[in-house]
Amino acid sequence: MNPWPFVIAAYTITLLGAAVTSIWAWRSAASAEARADALKERN
Amino acid sequence: MHALANPRRFLGIARPLTPWLFWSGVALILLGSLGGLFIAPADYLQGDSFRIIYIHVPAAWLATGGWSGMAVAGIVQLVWRHPLAAVAGRAIAAPGALFTAITLASGSIWGRPTWGTWWEWDGRMTSVLILLFLYLGYMALARASADNEESGGASKVTALYALVGAINLPIIHYSVTWWNTLHQGQSISFMGGSKIASSMLWPLGLTVIGFTAWFGAIVLLRMRAILAETRIEARQRRMARG
Repeated sequence: MNPWPFVIAAYTITLLGAAVTSIWAWRSAASAEARADALKERN
Repeated sequence: MHALANPRRFLGIARPLTPWLFWSGVALILLGSLGGLFIAPADYLQGDSFRIIYIHVPAAWLATGGWSGMAVAGIVQLVWRHPLAAVAGRAIAAPGALFTAITLASGSIWGRPTWGTWWEWDGRMTSVLILLFLYLGYMALARASADNEESGGASKVTALYALVGAINLPIIHYSVTWWNTLHQGQSISFMGGSKIASSMLWPLGLTVIGFTAWFGAIVLLRMRAILAETRIEARQRRMARG
Protein backbone atom coordinates (compact mmCIF):
# COMPACT_ATOMS: atom_id res chain seq x y z
CA MET A 1 0.00 0.00 0.00
CA ASN A 2 1.41 3.40 -1.02
CA PRO A 3 1.55 5.46 2.22
CA TRP A 4 2.00 8.88 0.59
CA PRO A 5 -1.72 9.60 -0.13
CA PHE A 6 -2.37 8.98 3.60
CA VAL A 7 0.53 11.22 4.64
CA ILE A 8 -0.61 14.00 2.28
CA ALA A 9 -4.23 13.70 3.50
CA ALA A 10 -3.19 13.96 7.17
CA TYR A 11 -0.96 17.01 6.54
CA THR A 12 -3.63 18.69 4.39
CA ILE A 13 -6.34 18.29 7.05
CA THR A 14 -4.07 19.59 9.82
CA LEU A 15 -2.56 22.55 7.96
CA LEU A 16 -5.92 23.49 6.42
CA GLY A 17 -7.53 23.36 9.88
CA ALA A 18 -4.76 25.58 11.27
CA ALA A 19 -5.13 28.06 8.36
CA VAL A 20 -8.93 28.29 8.72
CA THR A 21 -8.60 28.74 12.50
CA SER A 22 -6.00 31.49 11.99
CA ILE A 23 -8.21 33.43 9.55
CA TRP A 24 -11.33 33.01 11.74
CA ALA A 25 -9.52 34.06 14.96
CA TRP A 26 -7.83 37.06 13.31
CA ARG A 27 -11.01 38.28 11.58
CA SER A 28 -13.20 37.88 14.68
CA ALA A 29 -10.67 39.78 16.85
CA ALA A 30 -10.12 42.55 14.27
CA SER A 31 -13.83 43.06 13.63
CA ALA A 32 -14.81 42.99 17.35
CA GLU A 33 -12.03 45.45 18.29
CA ALA A 34 -12.96 47.77 15.39
CA ARG A 35 -16.64 47.75 16.46
CA ALA A 36 -15.68 48.39 20.09
CA ASP A 37 -13.44 51.33 19.07
CA ALA A 38 -16.14 52.76 16.76
CA LEU A 39 -18.71 52.59 19.55
CA LYS A 40 -16.26 54.27 21.95
CA GLU A 41 -15.64 57.14 19.50
CA ARG A 42 -19.37 57.61 18.90
CA ASN A 43 -19.94 58.37 22.58
CA MET B 1 -0.83 36.90 38.01
CA HIS B 2 -3.06 39.57 39.50
CA ALA B 3 -0.99 42.17 37.63
CA LEU B 4 -2.74 40.85 34.50
CA ALA B 5 -6.19 40.99 36.07
CA ASN B 6 -6.80 44.35 34.45
CA PRO B 7 -8.00 43.65 30.88
CA ARG B 8 -6.38 46.88 29.63
CA ARG B 9 -2.99 45.80 31.00
CA PHE B 10 -3.53 42.34 29.52
CA LEU B 11 -4.32 43.83 26.09
CA GLY B 12 -1.18 45.96 26.28
CA ILE B 13 0.85 42.73 26.48
CA ALA B 14 -1.35 40.53 24.24
CA ARG B 15 -1.45 42.86 21.21
CA PRO B 16 2.33 43.00 20.54
CA LEU B 17 2.83 39.36 21.63
CA THR B 18 0.25 37.89 19.21
CA PRO B 19 2.16 38.41 15.89
CA TRP B 20 5.44 37.21 17.45
CA LEU B 21 3.87 33.98 18.68
CA PHE B 22 1.92 33.51 15.46
CA TRP B 23 4.74 33.97 12.93
CA SER B 24 7.41 32.16 14.96
CA GLY B 25 4.92 29.29 15.35
CA VAL B 26 4.15 29.20 11.61
CA ALA B 27 7.89 29.23 10.75
CA LEU B 28 8.63 26.34 13.14
CA ILE B 29 5.61 24.34 11.89
CA LEU B 30 6.76 24.72 8.27
CA LEU B 31 10.40 23.87 9.11
CA GLY B 32 9.39 20.84 11.19
CA SER B 33 6.92 19.63 8.55
CA LEU B 34 9.47 19.93 5.75
CA GLY B 35 12.08 18.17 7.92
CA GLY B 36 9.59 15.43 8.80
CA LEU B 37 8.43 14.92 5.23
CA PHE B 38 11.72 15.14 3.33
CA ILE B 39 14.77 14.95 5.64
CA ALA B 40 13.96 12.45 8.43
CA PRO B 41 14.60 8.82 7.38
CA ALA B 42 11.68 6.43 6.84
CA ASP B 43 10.82 4.08 9.70
CA TYR B 44 12.17 0.54 9.27
CA LEU B 45 8.77 -0.99 10.03
CA GLN B 46 6.13 1.58 9.09
CA GLY B 47 7.97 3.11 6.14
CA ASP B 48 6.85 6.61 5.15
CA SER B 49 3.45 6.47 6.89
CA PHE B 50 5.22 7.22 10.21
CA ARG B 51 5.74 10.82 8.93
CA ILE B 52 2.18 11.55 10.10
CA ILE B 53 3.69 11.62 13.61
CA TYR B 54 5.00 15.18 12.98
CA ILE B 55 1.48 16.60 12.89
CA HIS B 56 -0.47 13.94 14.84
CA VAL B 57 1.57 14.31 18.06
CA PRO B 58 1.39 18.16 18.13
CA ALA B 59 -2.37 17.96 17.45
CA ALA B 60 -2.79 15.53 20.37
CA TRP B 61 -0.59 17.79 22.54
CA LEU B 62 -2.83 20.78 21.77
CA ALA B 63 -6.01 18.73 22.37
CA THR B 64 -4.97 17.57 25.85
CA GLY B 65 -2.90 20.67 26.67
CA GLY B 66 -5.88 22.83 25.72
CA TRP B 67 -8.14 21.07 28.20
CA SER B 68 -5.41 21.29 30.87
CA GLY B 69 -5.34 25.04 30.24
CA MET B 70 -9.12 25.23 30.59
CA ALA B 71 -8.97 23.29 33.88
CA VAL B 72 -6.25 25.63 35.24
CA ALA B 73 -8.33 28.63 34.11
CA GLY B 74 -11.30 27.06 35.93
CA ILE B 75 -9.31 26.80 39.18
CA VAL B 76 -8.04 30.39 38.84
CA GLN B 77 -11.59 31.58 38.15
CA LEU B 78 -13.12 29.72 41.11
CA VAL B 79 -10.37 30.32 43.68
CA TRP B 80 -8.96 33.77 42.82
CA ARG B 81 -11.94 35.11 40.82
CA HIS B 82 -9.52 36.30 38.16
CA PRO B 83 -11.63 38.19 35.58
CA LEU B 84 -9.61 36.92 32.61
CA ALA B 85 -9.60 33.25 33.59
CA ALA B 86 -13.10 32.55 32.25
CA VAL B 87 -12.26 34.45 29.07
CA ALA B 88 -9.12 32.31 28.66
CA GLY B 89 -11.08 29.09 29.20
CA ARG B 90 -13.67 30.10 26.63
CA ALA B 91 -10.96 31.20 24.17
CA ILE B 92 -9.22 27.80 24.30
CA ALA B 93 -12.38 25.73 23.72
CA ALA B 94 -12.94 26.12 19.96
CA PRO B 95 -9.32 25.66 18.77
CA GLY B 96 -8.93 22.85 21.34
CA ALA B 97 -12.00 21.08 19.95
CA LEU B 98 -10.76 21.49 16.38
CA PHE B 99 -7.37 19.98 17.24
CA THR B 100 -9.03 17.08 19.06
CA ALA B 101 -10.96 16.39 15.84
CA ILE B 102 -7.70 16.70 13.85
CA THR B 103 -6.00 14.27 16.28
CA LEU B 104 -8.74 11.72 15.64
CA ALA B 105 -8.70 12.30 11.86
CA SER B 106 -4.89 12.15 11.47
CA GLY B 107 -4.74 9.11 13.78
CA SER B 108 -7.42 7.37 11.75
CA ILE B 109 -5.58 8.15 8.49
CA TRP B 110 -2.36 6.80 10.06
CA GLY B 111 -4.18 3.69 11.27
CA ARG B 112 -5.36 2.58 7.84
CA PRO B 113 -1.92 1.81 6.28
CA THR B 114 -0.38 0.80 9.64
CA TRP B 115 -3.08 -1.30 11.36
CA GLY B 116 -5.31 -2.01 8.36
CA THR B 117 -8.29 -0.22 9.92
CA TRP B 118 -9.55 3.36 10.11
CA TRP B 119 -10.96 2.99 13.63
CA GLU B 120 -10.86 0.67 16.62
CA TRP B 121 -12.78 1.15 19.86
CA ASP B 122 -9.65 0.89 21.99
CA GLY B 123 -8.79 2.88 25.12
CA ARG B 124 -6.76 5.68 23.50
CA MET B 125 -9.05 6.40 20.57
CA THR B 126 -12.25 6.18 22.61
CA SER B 127 -10.94 8.44 25.39
CA VAL B 128 -9.86 11.08 22.82
CA LEU B 129 -13.31 10.86 21.20
CA ILE B 130 -14.81 11.49 24.68
CA LEU B 131 -12.51 14.54 24.96
CA LEU B 132 -14.01 15.89 21.72
CA PHE B 133 -17.53 15.48 23.15
CA LEU B 134 -16.39 17.20 26.36
CA TYR B 135 -15.10 20.16 24.33
CA LEU B 136 -18.41 20.42 22.44
CA GLY B 137 -20.31 20.28 25.75
CA TYR B 138 -18.10 23.04 27.19
CA MET B 139 -18.71 25.26 24.15
CA ALA B 140 -22.49 24.77 24.39
CA LEU B 141 -22.41 25.50 28.13
CA ALA B 142 -20.25 28.63 27.68
CA ARG B 143 -22.58 29.91 24.96
CA ALA B 144 -25.63 29.33 27.15
CA SER B 145 -23.85 31.09 30.06
CA ALA B 146 -22.96 34.05 27.82
CA ASP B 147 -26.63 34.34 26.81
CA ASN B 148 -27.76 34.35 30.42
CA GLU B 149 -25.08 36.41 32.11
CA GLU B 150 -23.34 39.71 31.60
CA SER B 151 -19.90 38.19 31.99
CA GLY B 152 -18.77 36.82 28.63
CA GLY B 153 -19.59 33.25 29.61
CA ALA B 154 -17.84 33.51 32.97
CA SER B 155 -20.18 31.18 34.82
CA LYS B 156 -18.96 28.93 37.61
CA VAL B 157 -20.66 26.00 35.87
CA THR B 158 -18.25 26.14 32.91
CA ALA B 159 -15.27 26.32 35.29
CA LEU B 160 -16.55 23.28 37.24
CA TYR B 161 -17.25 21.44 33.98
CA ALA B 162 -13.64 22.05 32.85
CA LEU B 163 -12.36 20.69 36.18
CA VAL B 164 -14.56 17.57 36.10
CA GLY B 165 -13.65 16.96 32.45
CA ALA B 166 -9.95 16.97 33.40
CA ILE B 167 -10.53 13.46 34.86
CA ASN B 168 -10.36 12.26 31.25
CA LEU B 169 -6.76 13.52 30.80
CA PRO B 170 -4.96 10.83 32.87
CA ILE B 171 -7.27 8.25 31.29
CA ILE B 172 -6.06 9.36 27.82
CA HIS B 173 -2.42 9.36 28.97
CA TYR B 174 -2.43 5.96 30.67
CA SER B 175 -4.91 4.24 28.33
CA VAL B 176 -2.03 2.60 26.43
CA THR B 177 -0.69 1.19 29.72
CA TRP B 178 -3.94 0.20 31.44
CA TRP B 179 -5.52 -1.57 28.46
CA ASN B 180 -4.25 -3.76 25.67
CA THR B 181 -4.66 -1.17 22.92
CA LEU B 182 -3.93 -1.12 19.22
CA HIS B 183 -2.37 2.32 19.71
CA GLN B 184 1.38 2.21 20.33
CA GLY B 185 2.73 2.79 23.83
CA GLN B 186 4.51 5.90 25.03
CA SER B 187 7.65 6.52 22.93
CA ILE B 188 8.54 10.07 24.02
CA SER B 189 9.12 11.12 27.61
CA PHE B 190 10.45 14.31 29.15
CA MET B 191 11.72 12.32 32.14
CA GLY B 192 13.10 9.03 30.82
CA GLY B 193 14.41 9.91 27.35
CA SER B 194 12.95 8.88 24.03
CA LYS B 195 12.67 5.61 22.11
CA ILE B 196 12.82 7.54 18.81
CA ALA B 197 16.18 8.11 17.07
CA SER B 198 17.36 11.74 17.18
CA SER B 199 17.46 11.84 13.35
CA MET B 200 13.67 11.32 13.46
CA LEU B 201 12.99 13.31 16.61
CA TRP B 202 14.21 16.85 15.80
CA PRO B 203 11.40 17.75 13.34
CA LEU B 204 8.88 16.65 15.99
CA GLY B 205 10.43 19.08 18.48
CA LEU B 206 10.03 21.89 15.93
CA THR B 207 6.38 21.09 15.14
CA VAL B 208 5.43 20.66 18.82
CA ILE B 209 7.01 24.02 19.79
CA GLY B 210 5.65 25.65 16.63
CA PHE B 211 2.06 24.46 17.12
CA THR B 212 2.25 25.49 20.81
CA ALA B 213 3.34 29.06 19.91
CA TRP B 214 0.72 29.26 17.16
CA PHE B 215 -1.99 27.99 19.55
CA GLY B 216 -0.93 30.66 22.07
CA ALA B 217 -1.44 33.34 19.39
CA ILE B 218 -4.88 31.94 18.50
CA VAL B 219 -5.94 31.92 22.18
CA LEU B 220 -4.76 35.54 22.56
CA LEU B 221 -6.75 36.53 19.44
CA ARG B 222 -9.85 34.76 20.77
CA MET B 223 -9.43 36.45 24.17
CA ARG B 224 -9.14 39.84 22.46
CA ALA B 225 -12.33 39.12 20.48
CA ILE B 226 -14.28 38.02 23.58
CA LEU B 227 -13.08 41.06 25.58
CA ALA B 228 -14.07 43.42 22.74
CA GLU B 229 -17.51 41.75 22.44
CA THR B 230 -17.98 42.13 26.20
CA ARG B 231 -17.04 45.84 25.96
CA ILE B 232 -19.55 46.33 23.10
CA GLU B 233 -22.35 44.62 25.07
CA ALA B 234 -21.60 46.66 28.20
CA ARG B 235 -21.57 49.93 26.24
CA GLN B 236 -24.79 49.05 24.41
CA ARG B 237 -26.49 48.28 27.73
CA ARG B 238 -25.33 51.64 29.12
CA MET B 239 -26.63 53.40 26.00
CA ALA B 240 -29.98 51.61 26.24
CA ARG B 241 -30.33 52.73 29.85
CA GLY B 242 -29.61 56.29 28.67
